[in-house]
Amino acid sequence: MRAAGLDIGSRTIELVVIDESNRVVSSAQGETTPDVIDDARRLLASSPFDRLVVTGYGRALAEVAFDAPTVTEILAYARGAHAVCPGCRTVLDIGGQDTKAIALDGSGRPLRFAMNDRCAAGAGRFLEMMAAALRYEIGAFGSASLEGRDGVAISSMCAVFAESEVIGLMTRGHDRRDIARAVHRAIATRTAGMLARVSTEPPIVFAGGAALNPGLRRLIEEAIGQPLIVPEMPQMVGALGAALIAAERAHAVGIRPRADPDGSSPPPLGDVRP
Amino acid sequence: MGKYDAMWKDLGLDLDAHDGLLRALGQGYSDVYLSQRGRPDGMKYFDHVVSEIHGRRIQELLERKSRGDPIIGTFCLYVPEEIILAAGGVSVGLCAGAEIGTAQAERVLPRNTCALIKSFVGFKLAKLCPYFEACDLVIGETTCDGKKKAYEIFGEFQDLFVIEVPHTKTGESRALWRSEIDRLAGKVEALSGREVSADSLREAVRIVNAKRRALHRLNATRRANPAPISGRDALLINQIQFYDDPARFTEKLNILCDEIEARAARGEGVEPADAPRILISGCPMAAPNWKVPAIVEKSGAVIVGEESCVGERGTRNLVDEGGCTCDEILDRIADRYIEIDCACFTPNAERIEHILEMARAYEADGVIEYIIQFCTPYAMESYGIERALARAGMPMLKIETDYSAEDAAQLTTRVQAFLEVLRSPQRA
Repeated sequence: MRAAGLDIGSRTIELVVIDESNRVVSSAQGETTPDVIDDARRLLASSPFDRLVVTGYGRALAEVAFDAPTVTEILAYARGAHAVCPGCRTVLDIGGQDTKAIALDGSGRPLRFAMNDRCAAGAGRFLEMMAAALRYEIGAFGSASLEGRDGVAISSMCAVFAESEVIGLMTRGHDRRDIARAVHRAIATRTAGMLARVSTEPPIVFAGGAALNPGLRRLIEEAIGQPLIVPEMPQMVGALGAALIAAERAHAVGIRPRADPDGSSPPPLGDVRP
Repeated sequence: MGKYDAMWKDLGLDLDAHDGLLRALGQGYSDVYLSQRGRPDGMKYFDHVVSEIHGRRIQELLERKSRGDPIIGTFCLYVPEEIILAAGGVSVGLCAGAEIGTAQAERVLPRNTCALIKSFVGFKLAKLCPYFEACDLVIGETTCDGKKKAYEIFGEFQDLFVIEVPHTKTGESRALWRSEIDRLAGKVEALSGREVSADSLREAVRIVNAKRRALHRLNATRRANPAPISGRDALLINQIQFYDDPARFTEKLNILCDEIEARAARGEGVEPADAPRILISGCPMAAPNWKVPAIVEKSGAVIVGEESCVGERGTRNLVDEGGCTCDEILDRIADRYIEIDCACFTPNAERIEHILEMARAYEADGVIEYIIQFCTPYAMESYGIERALARAGMPMLKIETDYSAEDAAQLTTRVQAFLEVLRSPQRA
């Protein structure tokens, strides 16, 4: 029996398939385009499975298209984080347009959570826009911030206002690495505030695409005074959680795409037995 | 020409925009209300009232007006309906629950103003509410700063009389409040030309108490598990009580209660018994603001109580039916109204007590604290409420939003995640 978890986010879609012993047998990622269902269908065709649970911002669409049960990102990330880091008590997930902080009991059950309100302030999309304003590749943005010095501040968390601030700082001749640091510092401060309201109890798992950013990780760690555990593929934690939930739920059937084992490379998540 | 076009035109409404409003209202109503399964038969009356919200009910008001009975609009629980009725007037609680006339409202109001205030100013400036246009007088009140200052602007467009609601419950405040009750009675008497007498007050107290008792009866049925009526329907009834004829409303609500009491006795509900039971607390949800209840109940939970102005805050207490003279009855009315636990009062510890009490009484699994964005008094109080609920082991989700639909997807995720937390069993 193979269980699949599909996480349809605002920027990317992830699929994780696990076997009977909860070992990851395949994982894949694609971009989210305007045709979300088509994107999801393509990804689902990449690996055979028997059960499916869908999470993420596009879950309601997928629920109809694939007749698959859904869970929210909160439950999926809680479950996934508990699998990659058994006993973890706090999850921070920074995705494309959402930032989530979740407090867990020792068994992976969510106790409390907070999410940013309607706008994507401080989430991945914000980072992308600030990187673009400073002419950085997103992958190099975090390291650049680590080279920057403190002293410049960004006060706005609105992408439009923050971009004006960034441009203003550039025209005043500030080193762009310092500005990059200021952008990261601003997000870290805001994120630390959300964690403080929900939980800063260790172990803390940092998941979502933004966890790949070493500058953001360092500054959040500084702000909360706790280390963050970043899984090997932090963007996959939600899909993994959904797959584990699918495995636990007998009724999680969903579609069975054509079996097409393509011998894709073994999963980088390793053994995730809960 | 539609059936009521001439009437709306006489009232000075912007007919094209008004048609658009009614269409949107009809669609919203059908999506939020008519799509529900297992609704009680007795809801048909309330469906009918909504379908005639700007039609037959306005006609009724205009008929009363032509007989010389003043139509008096109110915005807040603190304006005693009894005094208006005792002077032969009709009391209409104005709703302000839709995102209407925002552009017009923002010409005169700061943008960071709560949706409710923007809505009542917007309805007036956009000429879209037949209730406003039918009113001989609107009574404002000094509750929050936003309303207090907005009335100064609103008063340029509508006959307005503002009463002072004190913000503490000291002896001096009560004395001030009592004198405001007299001032209101004098104003209403002058408008209608009829005296507010002991007899007319006693009758008015009886009518309004009967309405509150019927609402208490409705609320009592919601203690049953499974809940015999949806939170959306209960909210609608609470919204309609502000503008329907009170005696007719009471009669129809009691008929509905007969039906749902029998349902509850048979163990029938609108959702399965394991559906999470939610108590809503916080800001008023004026018609047609059904956004959050629709998200909550469409996600599989059932709302079992409203700790809200449009809910138990407004209907909890009765007026003591004793008192012989006009002054004695007005004393009792003043006493009843100042007990309301609005967040504009300080301190306001009784509100926390009421939330805990309701969460217990309705066997709620969780509380959704509903804040209209920029409503400082309620937003501030949610800090103490969150702490008190945490101490009581009661999960709480705070939602801060306005009337727009743009955050519906994010709110749905948060509500569903909250319900997952409530549902997820303790793992070993």
